[in-house]
Amino acid sequence: MTDDVRALSAELARDPGSLVFVALGEALRVRGQLDAAAKVALAGLEHHPNLADGHDLYARIVADAGDVERAADEWSIVLALDPRHAGAHKGLGFASFQRGDLDAALEHLELALAADPTDQSVVQALHTVRRAAQHATSQPAAVASVERPAVFAGLEGADRGLLLVDPQGRVLAGGLRAQGGPDVAEEVAAYLAGVSQEAERSARLLDLGEWRWIMAEGEHGHLHLSAPSPSALLLLARDKSIPSGRLAILAARAAEMARRWLEAQTL
Amino acid sequence: MTTKFQAALDSVTRVRGVRGAMLVAGDDGLVVAESLMEGIRGNAVAALAASLAKRFRRASETAAYGLPQFIHLQASQGLLLAALAPSGMLLVVVAEADINVGLARLEMLRAGEAVA
Repeated sequence: MTDDVRALSAELARDPGSLVFVALGEALRVRGQLDAAAKVALAGLEHHPNLADGHDLYARIVADAGDVERAADEWSIVLALDPRHAGAHKGLGFASFQRGDLDAALEHLELALAADPTDQSVVQALHTVRRAAQHATSQPAAVASVERPAVFAGLEGADRGLLLVDPQGRVLAGGLRAQGGPDVAEEVAAYLAGVSQEAERSARLLDLGEWRWIMAEGEHGHLHLSAPSPSALLLLARDKSIPSGRLAILAARAAEMARRWLEAQTL
Repeated sequence: MTTKFQAALDSVTRVRGVRGAMLVAGDDGLVVAESLMEGIRGNAVAALAASLAKRFRRASETAAYGLPQFIHLQASQGLLLAALAPSGMLLVVVAEADINVGLARLEMLRAGEAVA
């Protein structure tokens, strides 16, 4: 343990409600000790839930861990608390660029630069995004055709409303089509990355035990998300004609098929 | 205004097994009004519910299913419910695992209408 981390840890131990958790978490993050940094940040946020810099710290930690979507959620919280927070705009610029949303990336980076005109990393990032935007307008979009394993063969909607995703937001099997036809599996999978951690975090902080599933009733359809194994998330999507109770039964059947397939992959 | 919010929350917390209810600004997770049992951290509930709702909104809209109107997180020892009120606020409930979800959902949707 280096001297600064030791000193900051000692100070935090003396006063667990101290704002020094931000400096300690950042020091640990910079050293690559992401688990320790996350623990410090979450403990600090329990004392200071409305501290923008605390949420910014946690966002940078989860971004370093590869969960950019979750980081984007945290940065959104930062902006709700402090709309001119340069770090949050910079982070959301990065997250938007990762998602391919170049317009949002430019907007956030420009706001970051307005908040801190001396930050050369933002200038460089703006240059990169502007170049990418110019390139995008000169190239037609490529359409990929993907063959995926038929894990849910026999189940209704196997290739258009059942999606198996890994914790990093990559499609493992199944398929998902938006109403009207386009394949949105890859995009939705990316949005679902980190949901299990978010659900786990929610359940833990609220003393609810282990999370089992999440269901969302939309204006035109329902989504049901569960974790058939620690290494996979299962999304079941159906239109509103399917009652939510039946959705849970379908999800249980699909989860069993997914479990069998996942076990077979590890043999 | 506070009385209107409080009356709406009271109608939800009367459902057996509900440990707390709160109105949250949907976009930023800030608490507008709350009625919580002791030990429940309102700010944490609000931020987490708003974050979950936002994440599902992206997935649901991409799948052309529209805005999520009601979200149910089921855990082994309890559950978190969130309903989108017509005003754009989220009505959030923390409850026991074996609650009558149908009844809670109904009261939440009514309460959402009442604060519109």
